Amino acid sequence: MADEATIAKLKEKARQLRIGSIKLVYQASSGHPGGSLSAADIMAALFYHAMRYDPKRPDWPDRDRFILSKGHCTPLLYSVFADVGYFPKEELATYRRLGRLTGHPNPKLPGVEIATGSLGQGLSVGHGMALAGKLDKKDYYVYVLLGDGECNEGQVWEAAMSAAHYKSDHLIAIVDNNKVAQDNLTANLKGIEPVDKKFEAFGWHAIRIDGHNMAAVIDALAAAKNVRGKPVVIVADTVKGKGVSFMENQFAWHGKAPSEEMFNKAIAELEAQK
Amino acid sequence: MSTTITATAKEAATRDGYGNALIKLGSSDPNVVVLDAGVSDSTRTNKFAEKFPERFFNMGISEGDMVCTAAGLAKCGKTAFATSFICFLLGRSMDQILVSVAYSDSNVKIVGTHAGVAIGEDGPTAQAIGDVSYMRAVPNFIVICPADAVEAEKAIMEIAKRKGPAYVRLGRGNVRTIYDDSYKFEIGKASVVAEGNDAAIIASGIMVQESLAAAEVLKKEGINVKVFNMSTIKPIDRQAIIAAAETGTVVTAEDHNIYGGLGSAVAEVLAEEKLDVKFERIGVKDRFAESDSQKVLFRKYGLDAEAIAATVKKAVTEKK
Repeated sequence: MADEATIAKLKEKARQLRIGSIKLVYQASSGHPGGSLSAADIMAALFYHAMRYDPKRPDWPDRDRFILSKGHCTPLLYSVFADVGYFPKEELATYRRLGRLTGHPNPKLPGVEIATGSLGQGLSVGHGMALAGKLDKKDYYVYVLLGDGECNEGQVWEAAMSAAHYKSDHLIAIVDNNKVAQDNLTANLKGIEPVDKKFEAFGWHAIRIDGHNMAAVIDALAAAKNVRGKPVVIVADTVKGKGVSFMENQFAWHGKAPSEEMFNKAIAELEAQK
Repeated sequence: MSTTITATAKEAATRDGYGNALIKLGSSDPNVVVLDAGVSDSTRTNKFAEKFPERFFNMGISEGDMVCTAAGLAKCGKTAFATSFICFLLGRSMDQILVSVAYSDSNVKIVGTHAGVAIGEDGPTAQAIGDVSYMRAVPNFIVICPADAVEAEKAIMEIAKRKGPAYVRLGRGNVRTIYDDSYKFEIGKASVVAEGNDAAIIASGIMVQESLAAAEVLKKEGINVKVFNMSTIKPIDRQAIIAAAETGTVVTAEDHNIYGGLGSAVAEVLAEEKLDVKFERIGVKDRFAESDSQKVLFRKYGLDAEAIAATVKKAVTEKK
């Protein structure tokens, strides 16, 4: 169980990451706010609490690995990376412009383990990293953040079969189950529920939580690390656009930048949540 | 550049050269890992699997998952070979190759077997005729199509030394063994396997053996053909193409669609270098073949020595 001070600290981090995400999308006049806001609590718990890593040593062999399989959520990823020191904060000004801060992540940027942006690949890559860890007798964990819409990709289930077959217990998948894809609700496209039961049927240990309940997120991550003999999925039920009233549950805010007026309103709302 | 051709008519499959190379690599480098998509007996990765079971991952029939798993292993310091039949290996995982391997610059070797119409009886769904074209268009990749088992083994050893993505196209059936162990394979360098000044054939893979046979036929008719084995298709050996053009007649030969493969790569260089030559392409003429033996298909689809000889002869005659 996490203590109150830790929970409060992480909630505040998540709020700041949401502000950072909105600022990046506004500044670049493009990008993906909805899925960045939904995953902010998960990312805060990972990078400021659960994960073992050192931004000064991005190649540290014993580091925990993180893969943003839902690669469009770079506003969130880069907000984290700049804050923890993978690159200078000033470089955020180049988001979606020439340089390393591409619209979807690439490994030229320290902290990015593999390029993503075509959905469905991250879980397989993460599993390869977990297999390498086992070969090299390392104890690192590999965290892969997936979207719920992404779970329509067949390769996610190929990887699910593989990781269960290899009993890859240092692989932890997190589904940011915000229930909204780019042009519709996921349920209207190709429903994935009950997604936790599906993973269980594939041989995974599944944990289902409210992805905006920081204590639950922390506890789930801790529990996931203790599971032996099978991979773990944390299905985090979240709200797309969480924290900005007019973006919540709206697929229209999957991948568009706010106007100046909308931006000011969004920031004001997030500031008020302190 | 010139290589002595062995007198003995030995035969072996390029996939067997791959299997042999993997055994050597497995012994010399503990970081070499091999993945297959449920066809390891056919691709010859099974030899590695027997010797190094802990470093062999048979992912079952899921090529996209296999390629990305290989990328994950590679990003943790492994040299990862990912193998299946070319049709499925590339057909099912081009996106994975693009993003997780090429763009991510992962040290993954994509090695496909069962190239071309030559695989015969299994028919067009198993006959890879577009792969060189696809892979030439992927940045960060080199593309190699060895002519015999000796070259296949040496090429695999070379790409293992060179960090980064590579694609190797291998065949199923036995082909004439052209090289002996003294042959030195170099990435990006063609080799001359027959001398002549009347015309040049630039071939790759199984078509090197067909081209050599064609050259022997033509020699009897007084046409001396220089035959190049262009085993590295990307980056292509421009100097070899310039040398071939000096004969005035260049014919390319590949068991692949004439669009996008070796013939196209040679044509690009000929055009860019403003080389005024008679130019013909032997290959699959943008169509699907059918099921039958290699011999029957090569005859019908114009890929055998006879077809090459006829094309060269016509080209040389027209040139005059």
